[in-house]
Amino acid sequence: MSADFSRSEMMIVAAARELAGQKVCFVGVGLPNIACNLAQRTVAPDLELVYESGVFGARPARLPLSIGDPTIVTGATATTGMFELFAYYLQGGLIDVGFLGAAQIDRFGNINTTVIGDYDRPKVRLPGSGGACEIAINAREVFVIMRQSTRSFVEKIDFRTSPGNLGGGADAARLRRDEGWLGRGPSVVVTDLGIHRFTETGEMRLESIHPGASLDEVRATMAWEPLLADPLPSTSPPSDEELRLIREELDPLGAYTR
Amino acid sequence: MSSKLTSLRDAVAELVHDGDTVAIEGFTHLISFAAGHEIIRQGRRDLTLARLTPDLVYDQMVAAGVARKLIFSWLGNPGVGSLHAIRRRVESADPAPLELEEYSHHGMVGRYVAGAANLPFYPLRSYFESDLPAANPNIRQVRSPFGAETVYAVPPLKPDVTIVHAQRADAAGNTQIWGLLGCQREAAFAAERVIVVVEELVDEAVVRSDPNRTAIPGLIVDAVVVEPFGAHPSYVQGYYDRDNAFYLEWEAISRDPAALDAWLDEWVHGVGGRDEYVAKLGPERLAALKPGPAPSGSVDYGAYR
Repeated sequence: MSADFSRSEMMIVAAARELAGQKVCFVGVGLPNIACNLAQRTVAPDLELVYESGVFGARPARLPLSIGDPTIVTGATATTGMFELFAYYLQGGLIDVGFLGAAQIDRFGNINTTVIGDYDRPKVRLPGSGGACEIAINAREVFVIMRQSTRSFVEKIDFRTSPGNLGGGADAARLRRDEGWLGRGPSVVVTDLGIHRFTETGEMRLESIHPGASLDEVRATMAWEPLLADPLPSTSPPSDEELRLIREELDPLGAYTR
Repeated sequence: MSSKLTSLRDAVAELVHDGDTVAIEGFTHLISFAAGHEIIRQGRRDLTLARLTPDLVYDQMVAAGVARKLIFSWLGNPGVGSLHAIRRRVESADPAPLELEEYSHHGMVGRYVAGAANLPFYPLRSYFESDLPAANPNIRQVRSPFGAETVYAVPPLKPDVTIVHAQRADAAGNTQIWGLLGCQREAAFAAERVIVVVEELVDEAVVRSDPNRTAIPGLIVDAVVVEPFGAHPSYVQGYYDRDNAFYLEWEAISRDPAALDAWLDEWVHGVGGRDEYVAKLGPERLAALKPGPAPSGSVDYGAYR
């Protein structure tokens, strides 16, 4: 066990571990990229990485600098073009996990990556959907990785880019079914402080707290009073090998872990 | 076979007009910065710029004042951060407002598909319970004519001009691409006019030796321009890597309007064309971007007589 690790490293390691047993993962922009690449080197060596730029079965030799990096092509199973990727692979139901980041999330796992403030005159213009909206609807389940803060874990998101469990409860599940969505929505949100899963009513519940994080911090970085698993286990710290892979192979410059 | 070979200066002068809808496509890969810079130099105005991922090239073009509107699905500096010139226009109308028309990636791809296939709309299973349809009235619900199912539809996008960078083409414009294909094909087939910019000009026989790699037929191409390193600072699979140092530098340049203007003066207005830009970059910087070899195996198409 390593005593010395950062919260970002713990978050990335915990997110990668969630992919154990998964087969096909659609890799989102930013933090999901390093988490999925770590998973392929640890808990899920046969994980098929799918990139929205049009790659199925990527085997990146280096951490892709972006989701359009040439290293995701060399050695991949297939380059598909974006039409085929979105229409056949995603909408055709072949994606087990969509791994997304978010700027804002609410207790029901609805995601905003579009604007902070009013849409027509935003305080901050964020990147927008990319593929996230259709991933949230068509991937069998959605994993989210993001840092917790009062700005990101909000009571009401400023714009719903990608739907999660909507207003919660049975309505969300019924609506997904009635409208023919393939996905059952968000199942886990991994943060720098812990791991949240979702209850039967579609609400986030803290299921594990990272070593070094306190419940006070968790509460101080969420706009709502969090539901807590009882008992609340502590997340296993990163192993030496997980840390070595992040620090030496995947992110030697610390772009994701600063 | 008639040659469509021309210079980028002539191609842009002839084929890109004020007020046009222009698509310089390429998902991180194969972005024709050379064409974007030439459009800036020629002082085009009131363009509608379409791209899934505006990337630095549209931040530069928007900063240079060529555009009045952006059609897009993901607005950022990939793997780095923001496009600050565009953000200033959107967040504070500085120095002028910029109209946005926003989709998701599948929606944008579908718009090109409908444009290319001459269809009135493209149906997709996205946008349910998202705020995007409220933000963009061009995203509409439609009911299946074959049942009760409801999906969303987006309208065709038919750019006046699509500009595609590629590894190689022959003089007639038969264009071969490998690596990420993005929606180069769809955007080209959807367009009224097509400019292809390539790393290498090849004989027709080279194209014919490997027809599976042909993404765009010369049939729809109006101009072929040979411009080595024309996609820098983006990349060309097998030829050069993304100049990530520049993508990182852009964060600071684009944050500061004065620095951005100085950059445009030096690297766009201050050079006559791509050859001068490439010379200014210098051989060392470009050599550092060259990847190691990873050749494909070759296949045998067979001779059938």
